[in-house]
Amino acid sequence: MNLPISWLKDFVDIDNLGISLIDFADKMTMSGSKVEKIHHLGSDITGVVVGRIEEINPHPNADKLIVTRIAIGSGEFKQIVTGATNLTVGDYIPVALHGANLADGLKIKKGKIRGEESEGMLCSVEELGHTRAEYPEAPEDGIYIFSEPPKLGLGSDARIALGMLQDVAEFEITTNRPDCFSIHGLVREVAATLNYRLSIIDYQLGKPHLDRVAVEIQNDKLCSRYVAAVVENVKIEPSPQWMRARLMACGLRPVNNIVDITNYVMLEMGQPMHAFDIRAINGNKIIVRNACDGEKITTLDGVERVLDADMLVIANESRAVGIAGIMGGEGSKIVDDTTTILFESANFNGVNIRGSSKRLGLRTDSSGRYEKGLDPNLALACINRALELVEQLGCGDIVPGLVDNYPAPRQVRKLDFDPAKIADLIGIDVDRAQIAEFLGRLGIAVQGNTATIPTFRYDLEIWQDLAEEVARMYGYDKIPTVVAASSNVGGKTAQQHMEDALTETMVALGYSQMLTYAFESPKAFDKLLIPVDNPLRNAVRIINPLGEDTGIMRTNPINSVLTALATNYNRRNQQTRLFELVKVYHPSECGGLPKETEYLVVGGFGSVDFYGIKGVLETIGHTFGLEEPTIGFEPQKSLPFMHPGRTAAYKNLGYCGQIHPQVAENYEIGTSCYVAVLNFDLLRNQANMIKAYKPLPRYPQIQRDIALVVDNAITHGQLSAKIKDAGGKYLRGINLFDIYTGANLPSGTKSMAYSLTFRADDRTLTDEEATKAMDKILAATAEAFGATLRQ
Amino acid sequence: MREKLLQIKDETLANLEKTTTLRDLDELRVAIFGKKGELTQILRGMGALSAEERPKMGEIANSIRQELETALEARKTTLAGAEMAAAMESEFIDVTLPGTRPILGTKHPMTMIIEELCNIFTGMGYEIATGPDIETDYHNFQALNIPAHHPARDEQDTFYVEGGHVLRTQTSPVQIRKMEEGQLPIAIVAPGKVFRSDDIDATHSPVFHQMEGLVVDRGIHMGHLKGALTVFAQTLFGEDVKTRFRPHHFAFTEPSAEMDISCFGCGGDAAKMPTCRLCKGEGWIELLGCGMVHPNVLKNCGINPDEYSGFAFGMGLERIAMQRYNIDDMRLLFDNDIRFLKQF
Repeated sequence: MNLPISWLKDFVDIDNLGISLIDFADKMTMSGSKVEKIHHLGSDITGVVVGRIEEINPHPNADKLIVTRIAIGSGEFKQIVTGATNLTVGDYIPVALHGANLADGLKIKKGKIRGEESEGMLCSVEELGHTRAEYPEAPEDGIYIFSEPPKLGLGSDARIALGMLQDVAEFEITTNRPDCFSIHGLVREVAATLNYRLSIIDYQLGKPHLDRVAVEIQNDKLCSRYVAAVVENVKIEPSPQWMRARLMACGLRPVNNIVDITNYVMLEMGQPMHAFDIRAINGNKIIVRNACDGEKITTLDGVERVLDADMLVIANESRAVGIAGIMGGEGSKIVDDTTTILFESANFNGVNIRGSSKRLGLRTDSSGRYEKGLDPNLALACINRALELVEQLGCGDIVPGLVDNYPAPRQVRKLDFDPAKIADLIGIDVDRAQIAEFLGRLGIAVQGNTATIPTFRYDLEIWQDLAEEVARMYGYDKIPTVVAASSNVGGKTAQQHMEDALTETMVALGYSQMLTYAFESPKAFDKLLIPVDNPLRNAVRIINPLGEDTGIMRTNPINSVLTALATNYNRRNQQTRLFELVKVYHPSECGGLPKETEYLVVGGFGSVDFYGIKGVLETIGHTFGLEEPTIGFEPQKSLPFMHPGRTAAYKNLGYCGQIHPQVAENYEIGTSCYVAVLNFDLLRNQANMIKAYKPLPRYPQIQRDIALVVDNAITHGQLSAKIKDAGGKYLRGINLFDIYTGANLPSGTKSMAYSLTFRADDRTLTDEEATKAMDKILAATAEAFGATLRQ
Repeated sequence: MREKLLQIKDETLANLEKTTTLRDLDELRVAIFGKKGELTQILRGMGALSAEERPKMGEIANSIRQELETALEARKTTLAGAEMAAAMESEFIDVTLPGTRPILGTKHPMTMIIEELCNIFTGMGYEIATGPDIETDYHNFQALNIPAHHPARDEQDTFYVEGGHVLRTQTSPVQIRKMEEGQLPIAIVAPGKVFRSDDIDATHSPVFHQMEGLVVDRGIHMGHLKGALTVFAQTLFGEDVKTRFRPHHFAFTEPSAEMDISCFGCGGDAAKMPTCRLCKGEGWIELLGCGMVHPNVLKNCGINPDEYSGFAFGMGLERIAMQRYNIDDMRLLFDNDIRFLKQF
C-alpha cells in the first residue's frame, strides 16, 4: 500500500514534528507497519523548468521546424528549436534545459539543429515519463501546455507544477490488517506511532431513505450491506490535477471524474466503490444475487466471462450488470454521455470474493480489498465521502437520500482486559494506566476490565491480540531480553545420530551427498522398465503438480540417483560418486498418511565397479555393528532396472549392483553405472551401535594357505561357508587371495586360494591341531564340491 | 709386556683414524679383539706372569681394552652416520610430484548448515525433532490456527495429494506433533524439507528447507523469545551482529514478530547502505518469523494456555546457506553437479 506523504499531510502535520523521512519509515516499521521503500517519484527527471513562449519564428533551413524564444524567469531567455505544431506565444510549457534528464534515460544537450542554436527541449508528458491517461488535457502529439500559469512562476521546477514530484512510502501490510489498505488506516497507525492527536471527519451520517432505486439482497451471507446513492446531471470530464496526481502516486490510472472519485475514496478509506450508469439499471431495482451456472457477462475490460452459481452478481431485473466486488459490466460503465449515476458502496464476503476472483482469473484493486474482509460500517462513511467529493468537484447534482440495506449491523467487540496478564506475556513492567494509554492511541477504549474494540479492528479477538498492540506501542526493541539458563538436556535422538554416522561413513568412502526432489515424473517407471502391474508403480499422486515431471512422490530412489548421475555424465564429469538419505512414499492402505521410508541410495560411475559398491554396503554393515557385515550377499535377478547377472541382494536390507544397460541408455548414461540401495529404517532396527572392546589375542596364530580346484559354477560364498563350517572353532579368518583359471587346470574349473588363520584364545595352538583342521576342510569341500588340492 | 700393550694401543688408535667404512672397522676390531687378535693374544699370555706382576698388568690391559672399545664404538657411530647419509643422498625423490590422495566425499551444503544450526540449538538445550513430509491438513493448517479459507493458505501455494493430505508447506506441523505428545516443558528445533508450488529459479524452489523452533513452559514471555534468538543469531553470525524484532503477523503466534539481523554486506553503515545489494539499502536482513504461541494452538494440542505459554520461530535455510557459502543461485543446490558438491 502506497502512502503519498502529501496525502499524509492532510491529516498529520508531519513537517512540524521534526522527523526525517528515514526516521519516519523506521518508526513505522518498528511499530508494525513495515516501510518497504520510500519512493521519490519524479526524481529520475531533472532540469525541467516552467517556461513561457515569447516568440515563434520559422526555421531558416527547415520547413517543419520552428525556432522559439522561451522565458525561463529571472530575465533569462533560451532559444529552442522544435517541431511541435501546437504552440502559441504566451503558452506556459515544461522546458528541459541543457543537462536535463528525461524519461527512458534521455539526456538533453544544447546544440545546433539544422544550423540553428537550440538550448534545450520543450517537453510532452510522455517525455516526462507519463501518459495522456494521466494528463488527459495534454495534446495527442505535442508539447504539454499548462492550462494556467503555474503558481511558482517561470523557472520553477516543472515537476512540481505537474504534480509529478511525490514522496511515497510503500508499506507491507499484513493480512490481519485490511484496514491498513487505506490512507485512513495508515494515518491512524502513524498517529498512534508518533502519539499524534488525529482529527478525521466522521462520515457515519445516516440520511433519509432514497425512493428512486430499490436494492434487494438475495444472499445476505455474501452481501452484508449495500448502500447506494444517485447523482444526476453528471458532467463527465477529467478529475482535477491534484486528484489525478494522488491516484497516480498510488499506482492507479485516472479515468474520469466519477470513476476517479470511486478510486480516490477506495484509496483514502479502504472501501471499494462502483459507479453504474443508471440507464443499465432499468426498472430502478438492484438485485444482489448468485449468478446462474454458465451465466455470461462482459466486464468493463471488454472480456466475456462465464460465471458459476457460487459467484455473486449485481443485477437489474433481467440481467447481471456487474460481478459483485470484482468488476462492473461493460454495459453499465460510465461513458461520456452518462448523465445519471448510481454509486455502490457495499460489503461483500471476503472468502467468496477470493474464490470467485481465483476461478475467474480476475484480480482487481477492488477484489483485493474485499478478500481481506472489510468493516461493513465503512460502506456508509465512504458513500458520504464520495458525495462530498461530487459536490467539491461540481460534477453533478446529488439526489437527496440514500438506500442503506444493512440487515445485521456489525457491533463493537468487547474483550476482557487484564493489564497484568498482558504485561506478563510481553515480559515488561508497565502499569495499567500506561497500557490503557497505548490502547487508547489505537482507538481501543478501556473501562474496568473491558476493552472496547472499534469495528475496523475486527482482527482483535482475544486478549493476546491486545498484548501485541501494547507491545508494538511499547516498542519490541525495548522489551528486556532474557537469556534463560536452560535446564533442558538437549541433543539428537538415536536416529539422528545414526543418520550422522551414515553420512560420515559415506563421505569417508569418497561419496558426495546430493539433494534430490521427492517428486518425479510417472514416466520414470517406464524409463526404469518397471512393469505396468508392479507395485512400485503404486505412488502417492500430487493433485496439483507443477507439471507432469513432478506428478508423483517417488516410490524408490533409483530415478533420483540416475537423474543426478545423468546430469554429471552429460556434463562430462569423470568419477562421479553420489549418495543421499532419501524418503520414499507409499500410499496408505487405510486412508491414513502415506508411509514414508528412509533409504540410503548410492550411485556412481567412473571409479566405481561392482565390488567397490558392494564394499560400501560391507563398510556400512560394519559401521552399524551388523553381525557378519560381509555375509549375506545373494544373486538378485528380479529387479527390472538392475543388471540381472551383476546385482546382489544384501541381507534383507537392500541391494547393490550394476544398472541395467537399457536403463542406463534410457537416462543417456553411456557408461556402466553402479548403485546400492539400503532400507535405512530396517538397518536402524538391526544396528548395534554399542562399541565394546574385545581383548587383543595373547597367543600366536597359525596361518595356512590352501588352493582348491573347483568347478567354475561354485561361488566363493558356497566355498567359504563350507570352509568355515568345517574349520572348527580355532579357524579365525578366511581370506581369499587369488582366483586362477587357465593352463594346467582342467577346463571348466578354477583354483580358489585362501589364506586361513587359526588361533586359540587360551594357549598356543599346535601345528597338529591346525593340520587336523585343514584335513577336515579338504575332506568337507571335496565331498560337497569335489574340490581338490591344486598341485 | 707393558710396552707391547701401549704399542698396540697407539697403533690401534692410529689405524682407527684410517678406517673409512664399517667393514674396515670390523676388520680392525677382529685384528685386536678377535680370537686371534693382538690384544687377545697378549691377555692369554698373562698366565705366565708372576703373581705379583699379574694384577698390575691386568689392570693396565683392562684399561687399554676399555679405552679401545670406547674408541671403536665412537668410530662406528661416526662411520654408520656417514654411510646412511651417503645412502640417503642417493635415494632422493622428486617431492614436487603430486601426492596420492584418497577420494574423500563431501557433505551437501544444506546438511552442513543444518548441522551448524542444530549444534547451536542443542548447545542451548534444545532437542531435534522431525515429522513426516506428507502431512494432514489438520497438522499443517488447522491446528496452527489456519482454518479452511484462511488467506495464509493462498500465500503458501500448497501441493495436495490424494486423501486430502498435503506436502507440508512449513516445518510448523512438527510443533503440533511435539505438543500432542504431551510432555512438558518443550524445547525443540525441527529442521526439514518443505514444499510449495513455486517454479524453480535463482531464488525459488518447490522444495526447500526450514527450521522450526518451539519452547513451551510456564512463564515464558517475549523477553525469552528475544533472548534465545539473539543468542542464536550471534552464535551463527558473530558477536557483532545486531538483531531487530519488529511486529508482524502469523496465524499461529500472538504477538508475532519478524527478526532482522544487521546486514553482513554493509553492516548498516549509512555510507555503504544505499548501494548494498544484500539488504537493498535497508541495513537489515530479514532472518526469521517468530512469536508467542497462539493460545488456540496450545488448546488444539491439549495444553492449557492459562498455565503454559511458549514461543515459536521458523526460518528458511537456503538463504542462510547461500549467504554462508557465497552461492548465488538456488538451483545449484539441487543440481547435483559433482563439481559443485566437491567444493564443500
